[in-house]
Amino acid sequence: MTTLLWVIVPYVCLAVFVVGHVWRYRYDKFGWTTRSSQLYEDRLLRIGSPLFHFGMLGVVLGHVMGLLIPQSATDAIGLSPSAYHTIALVGGIPAGAATLAGLAILVYRRRATGPVFSATTVNDKAMYAVLGTVIALGIWNTVAGSLFHFGGEYHYRDGVSPWFRSIFYLQPEPDLMADAPLGFQLHAILAFVLFAMWPFTRLVHVFSAPVGYITRPYIVYRSRDERPDAATGTRAPQRGWERPELHKK
Amino acid sequence: MRVMAQMAMVMNLDKCIGCHTCSVTCKQAWTNRAGTEYVWFNNVETRPGLGYPRGYEDQDEWQGGWVLKKGRLRLRAGGRFTKLLQIFSNPKMPSIRDYYEPWTYDYDTLLNAPAQKSFPVARAYSLISGKPLNVSWSANWDDDLGGSREHAVKDPMLKGIEDKIRLEFEQTFMFYLPRICEHCLNPSCAASCPSGAIYKRSEDGIVLVDQDRCRGWRMCISGCPYKKVYFNHKTGKAEKCTFCYPRVEVGIPTVCAETCVGRLRYIGLVLYDADKVLEAASAAADTDLYEAQLGVLLDPDDPAVQREAERAGIPGDWMEAARRSPVKRLIMDYKVALPLHPEYRTMPMVWYIPPLSPVVDAIRDTGYDAEDRDNLFGAIDALRIPVEYLANLFTAGDVAPVERVLRTLAAMRSYMRDVNLGRDRREEIPAAVGMSGAEMEEMFRLLALAKYDDRYVIPTAHAEQAHALEELATDCPVGSFDAQLPAVFGEGSGRPVPVAVENFEMLRRRQEADSLENQLIGGQRKQGRVNLLNWDGVGLPEGLFPGPDASTHDTSKDGSR
Repeated sequence: MTTLLWVIVPYVCLAVFVVGHVWRYRYDKFGWTTRSSQLYEDRLLRIGSPLFHFGMLGVVLGHVMGLLIPQSATDAIGLSPSAYHTIALVGGIPAGAATLAGLAILVYRRRATGPVFSATTVNDKAMYAVLGTVIALGIWNTVAGSLFHFGGEYHYRDGVSPWFRSIFYLQPEPDLMADAPLGFQLHAILAFVLFAMWPFTRLVHVFSAPVGYITRPYIVYRSRDERPDAATGTRAPQRGWERPELHKK
Repeated sequence: MRVMAQMAMVMNLDKCIGCHTCSVTCKQAWTNRAGTEYVWFNNVETRPGLGYPRGYEDQDEWQGGWVLKKGRLRLRAGGRFTKLLQIFSNPKMPSIRDYYEPWTYDYDTLLNAPAQKSFPVARAYSLISGKPLNVSWSANWDDDLGGSREHAVKDPMLKGIEDKIRLEFEQTFMFYLPRICEHCLNPSCAASCPSGAIYKRSEDGIVLVDQDRCRGWRMCISGCPYKKVYFNHKTGKAEKCTFCYPRVEVGIPTVCAETCVGRLRYIGLVLYDADKVLEAASAAADTDLYEAQLGVLLDPDDPAVQREAERAGIPGDWMEAARRSPVKRLIMDYKVALPLHPEYRTMPMVWYIPPLSPVVDAIRDTGYDAEDRDNLFGAIDALRIPVEYLANLFTAGDVAPVERVLRTLAAMRSYMRDVNLGRDRREEIPAAVGMSGAEMEEMFRLLALAKYDDRYVIPTAHAEQAHALEELATDCPVGSFDAQLPAVFGEGSGRPVPVAVENFEMLRRRQEADSLENQLIGGQRKQGRVNLLNWDGVGLPEGLFPGPDASTHDTSKDGSR
């Protein structure tokens, strides 16, 4: 069971993540979009979306710090565990709170605004459920575990982090994870499930973050001959020629 | 000098009767799809009026286009870093209410209503929410100055002259302004696109959105000051006027021009110096921009330009088309066409001949001779309001060029009357506006008589490029395009299909199928859906008019009546 949960599942999910993205990019460039719903509603979006996304950027940075940088490295530069802990909480709690608040606003908006709700697919709903649970568990782990020490103190930098790195060293150490508290276990396993879902949901838009915009010339010229792939036509032409339909409610 | 060719359009506003045929045929060809119900690549506005989307010209609010800040050209809504910081929620994007909420009618109620005392009514339903809708705005709600006391007074172009203007119905002036994408030389939509999906085609300057690269960040929609990039809310991608590139590539004009009842549109090439665009767009004063824009254009008869064009790889027949271009003659030779809102600094390439008709109408209404040169010249000077209004639209408020154009048109009107009536030609009339009689007659021919081939001088794309064209697929695909993989990720996913093939298949399916998918809401069949994209203007488009059997009604259902 330990091997299944903490070795097999992560590797399968990561494989699906990588192969899935390559496949989706090749097969479905047209579907690779944020699927923005700003046209329908923008009062709530204007608050919720930046809160969620900027919060999420903070959360991702925090995970990079906590999971990828070994404790030995922070010790080496003279950062004491308690100082590290303070930094993690001071940065992590506002980021987590912003993410959660943003997500709450966005989910409420999605349900309460008619047009936004009808543009929500089953795929979206499943993704939001998993994403929301992962975020909630993560915040629970931080607040309950690290701040108030519910159920004893747990140093994830001795358990979760080395296990996570061990996956990428290709020498997985599942026992580290088997001993972790239930909250961390659930957070980790659901996060991997989310990775597996990633390429098949709208989350793919994360990988089109337009950083190239900063260095690119403003006006793009392109020749008629230059075609992104081998379809017949000047460019790979568009889908989306469905007729408008009325779904009365 | 870096010579580039640009496909440009001129519209002669005096001839526009506001029939909206261009809008309807464009919609039929390009935007009668789910997600684009509210989108009009071509729309016709009544001026003074708010336009579509409502009040789009108020750049203090919408922040579209470019501005000059400390001598440098910048995007008004902010540069690259500002854009990236605002990427999670575009603060300047118009909402669906600024366009209008698209609707359809509940025809089912009409068709299936039982015999009853009160007449059944087809209610309007929103195509966005699916709920009943009280229709209160549309793409041309203030058509023909409808509700102008409420709407036209808010026209952003009346700023500065609002105290002089009278919008009382009997006293106001009015004209129509058809608008498509400007296919600018310095497009701010392309500059605003974080993904680099909007590009300017180097062969003909048409500005297109690469649907495979667009990621739906929506910055182009707020970046375009003309609000001519739209968001397809079903596919989550930006869409815009394509200058009907599949048609233009094979030498036929755009659908809007082809179907224009007043024959007011001219299409042709202009040559321009791409190296000078930035400098021209950075002209110090807004009122310098019209001249600066003219300065970027190159004379195809100039041997130096011809040499450079050859070096730039512009084919010989394209040079020939540039020399014969009606657009070039109206813009550069007669200088009667003006750009729409040069102050946005995007170097728009759809030009307009301002309407003389408000002036002519005013004279005629007072009982004087509206063809007389002196009356017309006097009226142009006296009627400040139309002239100032037109200047706000076409020359950033500088009345001098507008006056010059109106005087030229007035002179032509007066001079040609003498010619048509067989009187002696009065050569002092063209001389008063700096033209010769022969030149004036040529201009008259182009504006009033020009035939199809004179109005549209469109060089075809080259045979050696044929493989790359949309309409002339030269390869022989193995298997049918029908056998597509299902769109597993919902709306719009899956492998791309060439536009032409897609249309053809879609059309065939719709016309042949007899399934539920082919039914309108009222249970009526979808027969008679017409595709104008492939229509070359000869004969009737297939399916435009119902056949003799289409009207036979199935009376068995309501046979009791």
